[in-house]
Amino acid sequence: MDFMVFQYPMITVQACLDGVLLGILFALIAYGMALQWGVMNIINIAQGDLVILGGYIAYFMYLYGIHPAWGVIVAPVIMYFLGVLIYKLVINKVVDRDLFISILATFGISILFMQLMNFAFGADVVLANSDYGTTMLFNNNVVLPNSKLFSAFISILFAICLVIYMKKSKLGRAIRATAQNARAAKILGVDTEKVYAATFGINAALCGVAGALISITFTIHPYMGLPYTIRSFMIVIVAGLGNLPGVAMSGMGLGVFEEFADYILGTEFRIGSVFLLLVLILVYRRFKLSRKREYLK
Amino acid sequence: MNKNNLILYSGILIFGLIAPFLFPAFKVQLSILCVLIVLATTWNIQGGEMGYNSFGNILFYGLGMYLCASVQVGMFFPLAEWTESGGEKTFVHTPAQFFQGMAVGLVVAAIVPTIIAGLIGYSILGLRGHYFAICTLGLGVAAGEISGGIEIIGAGQGFTTPPFPDVGSLEARGEFFYFLSFFTLILTFIAVRSIYSTRFKLILNAIRDNEDKAEAMGIETMKYKIIGWMISAFFCGLAGGIMGGLVGYIDSTDVAFDGREMGVFMVLMAILGGKGTLWGPIIGATIFHIFKEGFWTFFLGWQYVALGVLIVVIVIYFPEGIMGWLREKYPERFGEVVDEKDRKAQVELK
Repeated sequence: MDFMVFQYPMITVQACLDGVLLGILFALIAYGMALQWGVMNIINIAQGDLVILGGYIAYFMYLYGIHPAWGVIVAPVIMYFLGVLIYKLVINKVVDRDLFISILATFGISILFMQLMNFAFGADVVLANSDYGTTMLFNNNVVLPNSKLFSAFISILFAICLVIYMKKSKLGRAIRATAQNARAAKILGVDTEKVYAATFGINAALCGVAGALISITFTIHPYMGLPYTIRSFMIVIVAGLGNLPGVAMSGMGLGVFEEFADYILGTEFRIGSVFLLLVLILVYRRFKLSRKREYLK
Repeated sequence: MNKNNLILYSGILIFGLIAPFLFPAFKVQLSILCVLIVLATTWNIQGGEMGYNSFGNILFYGLGMYLCASVQVGMFFPLAEWTESGGEKTFVHTPAQFFQGMAVGLVVAAIVPTIIAGLIGYSILGLRGHYFAICTLGLGVAAGEISGGIEIIGAGQGFTTPPFPDVGSLEARGEFFYFLSFFTLILTFIAVRSIYSTRFKLILNAIRDNEDKAEAMGIETMKYKIIGWMISAFFCGLAGGIMGGLVGYIDSTDVAFDGREMGVFMVLMAILGGKGTLWGPIIGATIFHIFKEGFWTFFLGWQYVALGVLIVVIVIYFPEGIMGWLREKYPERFGEVVDEKDRKAQVELK
């Protein structure tokens, strides 16, 4: 236990800033999850592994001498097609089945990806160095890597582009219609199969962007996928489906929570605290809902 | 119990008793198989019969593992010094101490997870469907991460369980753990079989089929859900305690709270054999174990890739499991009366 946080206000500022910038990334991943959850009613456990895979794409560009920031463009393109491929091979067979089946199937995909990445890229913790330097704030008391600012900026940019795309384009409209009522959309001539594939592809592309940004800002490792899945799941259930400002806010809240947990409890309990928070949120939600149900009686 | 069943049970019992002497090289594998069957069968109580698909039974398994080993050490020696580094070299259990510790440890390993399941049951089992699945997944992983940070049980470097004492025979260790796990298996089977012939099973099935309706019929669903989970936890803890002694080394995320391996294995075994049947998990566990060991031996390194593919294939193409498939094929054997006309009409409809 370390109570430095309360004695030195600068550490609090540092944790809040780091947390918010990290949280914006989480919100981007969670947005993808909310999209596929809303449209296809699927919870994708492999979400985090798609993120890590996107990170490795940027890392490999860095290894071959290309600036990893270009991964933000390349990773989503590759990941989109990978997402469509996964949809065609696995997801389209579990879309209208029991939710647990889809959880288990994507769990299988998650294990598969984790191990394939472990084979292909090795079990080392890696990061793609972007050479963006750092900014010092408040008399050099707060360190702010420019790469974090860059990643937050890019995530917001992508999120805004996607929101506009969903509002304006034909495919976006079809996706929203399918989310509202798949049968009615089908009757009105929407090719739901195509919409599902595109949704899953867009989700994978978002994961790719987020992963590339994570490999620039933080570190990636083949086994680090599951925490990202859990984080995005948590953000979505706190914010609710289709509530974009809520997703952004709860993403940032989670980021700040994690930074403080890191300072107060120690780094070894960081992931554990995330998972524990998930359990607590679900239990809280259950009691809140049950009170509502009693009220209805 | 009819005559066929009697022959079947006594055949399996006799095979189980002489198996370690027939295949002395496979003693450890057979013990692991027994533990896996226990895990799959008890997962089936709340996963298959109750419809609450949990990834979190690994919590009780890991808890049992740590508790059994800690009690076994802590009864005779200071636990902190043991886990510090190489305590197992300075302190040696005498045979009497070892077996005493194991016996008490197993009791604790079974009781404490049951109590914990009862305590957290009210909050966790109120969740439905996928919320329950993800919540229990989180519970298992959180337990692994947190126990990896606790110093007294070895933290990140792991916990070596007491080595088997020298009782004069080299084969003794394998035989001891085999018979321990085999008798646990028999105990589990008898318990589960007797549960399945009572009203309790019907209540669990009612909860699975329509919980709100069951509640409206006057069944206190929450009470029965918690009892079902506690039964699962009891046997999971016991299995964990045995497995800890068998493996000889406990690591927080790779052995004890291994949600990505053992936690998924139990679900997979039950689904492969057929959810919601008595024999399904047993058949599923046996086939799965043979497949797994074969793959682990011949394609070392690719095992987890194969595991991922296996999960996807089983879940997509085989969700009913072996028993479900047999039931569809030979409904008469399962005591279902089939109207020929009705069946033909259904086939034509398809």
